[in-house]
Order: sequence, then C-alpha cells, then structure tokens
Amino acid sequence: MRKYWIPLTWIVFSILILIPLAVLATGAFDKGTSGFIAALSRPEARHALMMTGLIVLVVTILNGLFGIMMGIYLVRGTWLSRRVRQLFNSIVDLPYAVSPVIGGLMIVLLLGPDTVIGTFFEQIGFKVVYAFPGMVIATLFVTFPLMVREVMPVLQELGNDQEEAASTLGAYSWTTFWKVTWPSIRWAVIYGTILTVARSLGEFGAVLVVSGNIINKTQTATTLVYQDMENFNVTAANGVALVLAIFSVGLLLLMERAKKRKGVH
Amino acid sequence: MNRTLLRHKGWTWGFRSTVLLYFLLLIVLPIAGVYVNSFSEGWAAFVQNISDPIAWKAVLLTLKLALIATVINVLIGTMSAWVLVRYDFAGKSLLNSIVDLPFALPTAVGGLMILVLLGPNSWMGKLADTLGFQFVFHQPAIIIAMVFVTFPFVIRAIQPLLEEMDHSAEEASYTLGASKRDTFFRVILPSMSPGIISGAMLAFSRALAEFGAVVLVAGNIPGRTLTASVYIFGEVESDNEAGAAAISVILLTLSFLILWLINAVQTRRTR
Amino acid sequence: MHLEVRNLDKHFGQFHAVQDVSFNVQKGHLIGLLGPSGGGKTSILRMLAGLESPDSGDIIFHGQKVNQLPPQEREIGFVFQNYALFKHMTVFDNIAFGLTVKKMKKPAIKERVQELVELTGLAGFEHRYPHQLSGGQRQRVAFARALAPEPQLLLLDEPFAAIDAKIRQELRTWLRELIERVGITSIFVTHDQDEAIEVADEIMIINGGRLEQKGTPWDIYKQPSTPFVASFIGESTIVDEVSLLKGFDHEQSHPGIHALIRPEYIEVGHASEFPFLSATEKGTVKHLHFRGSQWLVEVQVGQHSLITYRSLEKETLEIGQSVHVMVHRAYLFNDQESWIAENRLKQDTLSMFI
Repeated sequence: MRKYWIPLTWIVFSILILIPLAVLATGAFDKGTSGFIAALSRPEARHALMMTGLIVLVVTILNGLFGIMMGIYLVRGTWLSRRVRQLFNSIVDLPYAVSPVIGGLMIVLLLGPDTVIGTFFEQIGFKVVYAFPGMVIATLFVTFPLMVREVMPVLQELGNDQEEAASTLGAYSWTTFWKVTWPSIRWAVIYGTILTVARSLGEFGAVLVVSGNIINKTQTATTLVYQDMENFNVTAANGVALVLAIFSVGLLLLMERAKKRKGVH
Repeated sequence: MNRTLLRHKGWTWGFRSTVLLYFLLLIVLPIAGVYVNSFSEGWAAFVQNISDPIAWKAVLLTLKLALIATVINVLIGTMSAWVLVRYDFAGKSLLNSIVDLPFALPTAVGGLMILVLLGPNSWMGKLADTLGFQFVFHQPAIIIAMVFVTFPFVIRAIQPLLEEMDHSAEEASYTLGASKRDTFFRVILPSMSPGIISGAMLAFSRALAEFGAVVLVAGNIPGRTLTASVYIFGEVESDNEAGAAAISVILLTLSFLILWLINAVQTRRTR
Repeated sequence: MHLEVRNLDKHFGQFHAVQDVSFNVQKGHLIGLLGPSGGGKTSILRMLAGLESPDSGDIIFHGQKVNQLPPQEREIGFVFQNYALFKHMTVFDNIAFGLTVKKMKKPAIKERVQELVELTGLAGFEHRYPHQLSGGQRQRVAFARALAPEPQLLLLDEPFAAIDAKIRQELRTWLRELIERVGITSIFVTHDQDEAIEVADEIMIINGGRLEQKGTPWDIYKQPSTPFVASFIGESTIVDEVSLLKGFDHEQSHPGIHALIRPEYIEVGHASEFPFLSATEKGTVKHLHFRGSQWLVEVQVGQHSLITYRSLEKETLEIGQSVHVMVHRAYLFNDQESWIAENRLKQDTLSMFI
C-alpha cells in the first residue's frame, strides 16, 4: 500500500502548498528583479508594511501580556469560582469561531462613527474606526485565544505542586512566578507569541472592514495585496504577498523549533 | 521596595480587574453587540434581513461548499496523517513542517496563490478553459481556497492519536486472525475517528468563516459564488450594517454550535 | 499442539537478541520463559506468534514448518503485556473480535463469547468498555479474547506484570487452573521466579539470548546446570575463597573456583545443636531480622557474610553472639564446569558412625 500512499501524499502537498508557493515566488519576479523592487518601493507598499509592522508589535505585546495572565487566572485563579472560570474558559475560544469579517463588523457596530461610544471618542479628537486604534482592536479580538490556549495546557499539566513547594520553601508569589512557573511555561509563551505574530501579520478580513482600506493611511500589507489584485496589478500583489509569505515561512520554522520544547519537562 | 509594592492587596486587585476587564471588553462586548444590534430594530426587521434571498442563498452556499471542502480534507488529511506517522521516506520532515503553512500564511496570500495558479491567465486556467470549465470566480476555486486554509486541522487532530496508539492492539488483531484490511477498518480507524471528527468540525467551522482566501477567488454571483462572509463584507461596504449583522448572527450561532460540539466530543474523549 | 524450535536466531540491528535457541514443548504443557529483562524472552514469544521473523532457525508446529506463516494463520492466542484491548469495543466485542473476522454466524459467536465470559468470570461485564474495568478484569478479557478462536497455542507476555501484587496471586492460581481445564499448550514470559515456579510445568531460563536450562521447577532448583541459573533461582551468597569453607577445602584444587550457597544449605546454632561439630565453623551473629515465620540470620564467618534462616522454635540468637555454622552443601563452579558438592567432613563423620 505504501507504494501508492507516499506518492499520493506528495502530490497533495505539492498541489496544495508547494506549487502555489513556487508560482507566487516566480510571479513576483515575472517582470524581473526590478519589477519586484518597484512593487515594494511604492510609497503605499512601504506605508502598508509599516502599518502591518506596527499592528503586529502592539497586538503581540498587549495580547501576550494579557493572554499569559488570563491563562494563569483560568488555571490557577482560585479567587474566581470554578463555574466562572469554566464559563470564561469557553468564551476564550469564541474568536476562533467568528469569521474575521464579522469580527471587524463588531468593532464597527460598537465603535463606529454612528455609535454613542464612537461619537464620544470623535468629539475628544480620537478616531477609532477607519483608523489605527480600530485596526489594532480588531486584530486583538481575532488573536486573543492564541496565547491563552498555549499557556493553559502547560500550566494544567504542570500542576501546582512545584509552586506549593516553592511557597513552603519561603518564596513569595512573585519569586515563585519567576523562578518556578515562568521557566516551565517559557516555551509555550514563545510558541504563543509566534502564533500571535503570524496571525496578526496575516489578519485581513477584520482589518479590511475596520480600516476602510485607505491608501497611505489605514492600508496594511494584506489589504494592499487585495487592492492590487482588484486593480489587476498582479506583479505588485505578488511582490507584497511574497514578502508576507517569506515572513510566514520564517515564523513556521521558528514554530517547529519551539514546538519541540514547549511541553512539560 | 518593588516586592512590598507588588504584594500589596490593592495592586493585586487592580491587576486582576484590569485583566478581566480587558477580556470582557475585548471579547464579550463585541459579540454581545452584534446580537443586540441585529435585533435592535425588532424581530420583524431581523426576519426581513435574513429572508432576503441573496442573504440566505449565501448562507446555504457557504454551508454546501464548506461541507464539500471538509469531506475533501477528511480524505486527504487522514491519508496524509497516516503517511506522515506510519511511513519513513525522503522529505517526510519537510512535509510535516509545511502542514502548518496554511495557518502561518496570511489568508489573502493563500487566495492570491490560488488565483495566480488557477487564474484565467495561468496555464492551468487556460487548460481548464479549453476543457470547458473554470476554476477561478467559480465554485471549484472557493472549495480549493477552503481546503487550503483548513488543510492542517484534520492532519493535526489525527497525528497525536496515531502516534500514541498502542501498537500491540494492532498486533493483537493480527494474532486473532484479522487481515490488514480488517485491522485497519475495525481497530485503527475507530481509534482515529475522534481526531477525524473534531478535526473535521474545526475545519468546517473555519471554512464557514473564511473570508480572505475566498474573497479573492469568489465571483460574487448571488446563489452561485457569493459566500456568506463575502456577502457580509459587501453589506458593510454598502453601509447596510443591520443586514450584515443579521447574517452575522446566523453564521455566528452556527459556528458557536459547532464549537460547542467540538468541546463536547473532546470532553467525551478525555473521559 | 506439539511445538518444536530449532536453532532460532534473531538480531535487532547490532543487538543479538536470541542466540541459537532450540527446544520442544509437549502438547498440553504450560511452559514459563524465565529470565532477566532484555534477555530475549519476549522476542522468542513474538517469533512464535509470527510478529517477528527469525534471522535463521525453524519454528515447527505439529511437524509443519511455520516460519513463513503470518500471525493470522498460525492459530495462536496472544495475551499482551498491557493486554492491548480494543478501547473502542465492549468486553463482548473484544472477545468476539477473532470470531467476527472469521465471519462466523452471529448466534454461534454469541454462544462462544457467552461460554468464555462464564469461564473467565466476566458475566455481567459484557457491555462495559475496557476503561471501566479493573486491571484483573482486563487481564481476564485479554485472556478470553485470545482463547475465543480456539487457538492451538497460547502465548502470554508477562501476563501479570501490570497487576497489583495482591490480586496477582489469585490470578496465577486461576490462570493455571483455567489452562489445565482448557488443555491448551501454553507458553508465558515472566521475570518473576516465584510466578514461574508456581504456575509452570516446565521452566526455560533465558539469559543473554540463550536458553540456559529447561526443566521442571524442582529440577532447576535442585540441579542448576549453569552458574547463572544457580544464582538466578532462589536466594544465594557467593563465596570466592572456597578454601576457607570447612568441608569444601579439598575442592580448591580446581582453578578459579567459586561457591554459591543457598540459605537453606546453611545451619546456624549453638554447639549442642550439631551432631558433627567437626564439620562446623565458628561465626558471629551480625544481624537478625524477624521474617514472620522465621529469623533471617546474617552471620560472619571469617571474611564471609552468610545468610540463613533459623526456626522460631529454636532458642533465639542475639547479635554479637558466637555461634557454629555448618554448610551442608554448595554449588561450586569455575569458568569451565559446575557441580554440587556436599560437606565432606559431615559425610566422613556419618560414614564413621555407620
């Protein structure tokens, strides 16, 4: 049987992943290296990549910190009743089930210029929707579960024996966290960070809805790819997409390395 | 100094409240908002919004295409997981690493790749054209986009089950006289099935929700190539937010149901 | 079934797991493969089952060579160490598995399973899943499942390893009786000598991939044919300087000789307790351990520390007390040969009296 299955698996992977990647790479260079460079050195391309970078940075920091804390509270937070923790635990997953477009729509419905909160912010001179803050919030919503879901299983598997042992040895909670808990969850946090970076780098639907996709203002790398395609500027779209794909492959390689180390040792 | 500060009760309380508030404002409030908004103009308006034939056709079409994509993924995912766990061959670790690529790759880039590969100007597109059918802007491309985006789910759900499967159960089956075929269908497949089911449900819910890859290759013809997420985007663009919210509520409720089912399956398995 | 194995050999990479093993098993016998872990017992069992193929050598069932036969066609029952029950099937379906794959008729399957369920004392558990059973019950299911297709040969890999010590004792007796009742030729692997001695008709001692000795438990105990067997079976102390042992000093003419002495070969007590005082030596009680039914005495004789038991009926010894020690018998060996020697002084005195 293996005579058929192995080649068939290769074929599936080739058609679905390898060949499209190769076509994308060659597509970016179909007008030569100069075409590729021209696609990337457009002011809107540079601005879009910068916007994406900024979003990734802000989102990863915020969701990283809050995600770790949320994970710890959901596993160890005995100050919350069991039922509340269970409820919160199931809510954490909801963004997975929400289509990114709907995620974006939610932000617009809540903070858009026609809403109470939106008008309030507008009056104090702070634009949320169709501006950077809205894009960040949309991406935060979509990527929130990633870190929590990486940290929680490790903490659960770890149990709190070691932490209790540390406290009987005279360590206070802060010391216990840094000396005992943190070293155990470190690789899970790294893995969660990579996932968050990858997801916020690639977020498209939510950002497209919230940003309004305004060139040189709220356009990100992915929404630029979309617009280039709408304008039939295929080479330019391929160029930007290739940059994104290279980042993704790099993140994937990091993920592979982190995955091997993230369990409980 | 730092320690006494952090041990202070007020700090602890403030810290906890901040985290929970962040969580509630970020996740719960927007979801609740969509539900409230879609019913804000009353039940009748909601019914009118979802009874727009374009809207419910979009939902039905999305369900149909997502189902087809899921079936395809179950087949090729089960096969790939089996090959990646059971056989040793050149390039195995490469394939195993790129399984996750659809997760890591921006979905818009995924859509673009399909468009470039199968689009009307590509040789594949031309070949299909001469054979009398088209990929891009038609249903096949949407299905391919969905399959691409959800490809890792089934594989990643089956792999751990296959790896931790007791090899002696298989041997026991052989010593009891079962052929390889019998053993596969009676012993191995049943142990893989929880993974297949939860992987398939994850893939299905993700395919339902997919936008980035689909919007680039879908043709926006109502009832034929207009999927729910693309429809919602269109409604937002044309400032019909209430209509978008109504369809969103249907799609969301469906997704939450699937999510709940997945959790139920998983708790049953761990029990 | 009559089973014959000739010159069986198996390598796993560089590791020589089984080396030139040959033996015969009579129909209806229960054989224990005994030896330390990693000694090749399980490999032999798996080759008999057809789960591994030998590098060379023959496996013969009923006078027919079965080397090329896959496990499905060997008519064997195999009980795995961790039972390998099918987790997604009930007890009934597990037991019925071998019959269903043979496409037996439903009523016939039901009847056979019912029979086995009763035989193994699992009545009432038919619809439970493996995870709802205790270790002992799982073992019974594994056993019933292996027996269901009426195999000619039953192979059991460490059948009691995963069971609590308390229930293990019970299951051993149960298994032995059941195999007798079914009358099936059986081979089981174990590293526990008590288990092998108690359950098996015959024991095969396997070490380093070789068959060291085959025989009834009593034969092996009485007449170990290699130093390994002697040290592996029963308790013992090894004495390197045989010349210092009274009654065995004449044996020192053999080069590189060692003596292996079992506690039951040694008698310890006051001078008055020995009829032949000349055959004893002087020693000091080093430790006393109460062992429920007797005393375990550690006694220092010269530079050797010997271990023996002393009945509770006799006068209790005290630590530091000087006592007489008589070694009745010793298992002597060097690189080439091994034999059992009696205390010569004791024999001499005996003959004088006669």
